[in-house]
Amino acid sequence: MSMLALLVPLFPLLAGVISFFFRRLPGAFHATISVVLLIPSVVFAIVLFLYVHAHPGVVLRQVIPWLVLPSFSIHVGIQVNALTALMLVIVTFVSILVFMFSYGYLRTDERLSIYYSYLNLFVFSMLALVLSPNLLQLYLFWEMVGLCSYLLVGYWFAKPEAARAARKSFVVTRIGDAGLFAGILLLGFAAGTFNDADYSILARHGTLALPWLSEPYLVTLATLLIFIGAVGKSAQLPLHVWLPDAMEGPTPVSALIHAATMVAAGVYLVAREFPLFAESHVTMTVVAYVGAVTALFASLIAITQQDIKRVIAYSTVSQLGYMMLALGIGAYADGVFHLFTHAFFKALLFLAAGSVIHALGGTQDLALMGGLRRKMPITFYTFLAGALALSGIFPFAGFWSKDAILGAAMAKGDWVLYLLGLIAAFCTAFYIFRVVFLTFAGAPRDEDLHAHAHEGGWVMTVPLVILGLFATFAGFINTPWNDDFLSRFLTATKTPKPIPASYSHWPLTSMAISLAVGLCGIGLAAWMYGGGKGFRKVPSAFKPWYALSRNKFYVDEVYSWTVVRGGKLLAALVDLVDRYLIEGLTRLVGLFFYGIGNVLRYTQTGQIQTYGTFALVGLVVFLVVAVFRVGGVF
Amino acid sequence: MIHMPVASLLALAAVLFCIGLYGALTKRNLIMVLVSIEMMLSAVNINLVTFSRLGAAPNLTGQVFALFSITVAAAEIAVGFALVLAFFRLRKSTEVKDADSQKK
Repeated sequence: MSMLALLVPLFPLLAGVISFFFRRLPGAFHATISVVLLIPSVVFAIVLFLYVHAHPGVVLRQVIPWLVLPSFSIHVGIQVNALTALMLVIVTFVSILVFMFSYGYLRTDERLSIYYSYLNLFVFSMLALVLSPNLLQLYLFWEMVGLCSYLLVGYWFAKPEAARAARKSFVVTRIGDAGLFAGILLLGFAAGTFNDADYSILARHGTLALPWLSEPYLVTLATLLIFIGAVGKSAQLPLHVWLPDAMEGPTPVSALIHAATMVAAGVYLVAREFPLFAESHVTMTVVAYVGAVTALFASLIAITQQDIKRVIAYSTVSQLGYMMLALGIGAYADGVFHLFTHAFFKALLFLAAGSVIHALGGTQDLALMGGLRRKMPITFYTFLAGALALSGIFPFAGFWSKDAILGAAMAKGDWVLYLLGLIAAFCTAFYIFRVVFLTFAGAPRDEDLHAHAHEGGWVMTVPLVILGLFATFAGFINTPWNDDFLSRFLTATKTPKPIPASYSHWPLTSMAISLAVGLCGIGLAAWMYGGGKGFRKVPSAFKPWYALSRNKFYVDEVYSWTVVRGGKLLAALVDLVDRYLIEGLTRLVGLFFYGIGNVLRYTQTGQIQTYGTFALVGLVVFLVVAVFRVGGVF
Repeated sequence: MIHMPVASLLALAAVLFCIGLYGALTKRNLIMVLVSIEMMLSAVNINLVTFSRLGAAPNLTGQVFALFSITVAAAEIAVGFALVLAFFRLRKSTEVKDADSQKK
């Protein structure tokens, strides 16, 4: 079984290597080989999932020593538990559909082989990250995932915005990575191992400590540092700024980044270290509040964005906030469940948006869309399914997972978090249906573009339909009717999760409230944008608020004035020191020897007799010294 | 057999060597430099023969060695003159100061 798990990431790696080395072959070859080689990965992932399901609580682990020191050893290998098995299924399944869709989207691109090799490397890194048996190996692939996202966001690097966005995504996530690495080192030194399965056990026994840092503080500090890494990767406040800019990459890449390979890594990390996080009350509170505030904040921004991809990007930030919120309040299974459903409907929304963008010749501006419902029925209905799932409407996937989170917050009695989540849910329903109405309803706002719009052929519609089905039905994997199958799977218990007494009468109430809020959001969107009204003039009373949301709460500007300018100032200072102090010193040394050389140059006459004389003088000096030494003078 | 003191023989060799060295380092003509080098070699040969006869453990090795030295010197002077000849063809000169291509 563990060999099977090892094979899962190797297939995309193989496909990536093939695509990389056989660049001359046509694009269809690269697309085909990528999809075909990923099929066994999908199958193996499902087999592993079923195996773990059949053996609750099993952990498949296979490691070999990599570096053995007298007091310390580092292992590499693979490890599969319930969470890993679920992640493998999500990642491989979404990836294969994205691979397929990509060919339709980028058919005419000349660098398709490079594109597919990056894409395969991306999927390989993510799978290997998920399978890592310890934090050090995880960190390695964590960085590789970051690298691949850099390469793919900057795939159209000739466009300055794309190059800038790629750099931004790399630098901003690097800030988080520094925190993560510090956390890993701290835990490694305290526990004497990087094997993170041991950490929570050590913490529970109170032995996870350093001489200068006692146990509770160490756990809190380490988990907060790890959480910084997750904040960077999963685009939580305040490091969320890179994700919307990452929209400069090709749209299928956005689907992959947002659903399966990049941002899911942060949530996965927190879920993986959940037992350790649960040991620190402070960290859990921080995680919950960061998640809840991010969920609301990003959904408020999404309301006014005019770029279809940006709306969905902020939606991702917001939904990731929900996952963090769930993990922060201890609803581990619900957070992972939302990760699962979100992967499907967010990939769907991005691919459907990609289909629209493709049909309209590359425009992403909502102002130029409209009236596409009849032209692109498949895209419309699948996008609608995704939008309903995102809004949390019964019985779509998002309903079950989002409601589970809100219900858990309610059951915990944390009303602040619950309200933050609820308002965010309202905004979510509003902004996504604003996109639906502006894109598909009413009359076209740009006749030329509309006239040429068409569906993108079966390579694009088939993934849409499959994801549409999953966005509709995936939620049923974890409902009261099947005793919360996924929760039981993740927590390895045979009985359904124990419902606290105060919670027993909540689910229906919470479900009804969520549903009503979602419908209200849709209703407001329909009232404002329905029937092809298009964009409306903003009433003057709302102007400042509109501007605030439209400009993303000026976070980028604030960063530009503080962090970026500060960094540039510091760089300028360092540059001055380097240019005049360091370089001045080195120049001085150089100048000194240059001067010596200049003087000695005159002794080099090229005359053999001069050299002979020098040798003679030297010999005489040596002899004199030797004679005097023998004579005992000195 | 006349007994020569070792010291005078060695002094002769030393003087001869110094004259050769002085010539090799100061003469302007390449042929004169070669001649000076030959003088230094002769000085060495005198030393060899002296010690073979009047050294601490007299035997024939030194004299045989001197014979070898003379043979090699003959070969060396042949090569030396060939070099001077080649140099003359190249530069139309036998002056030492013209052999300065190391500087360039």
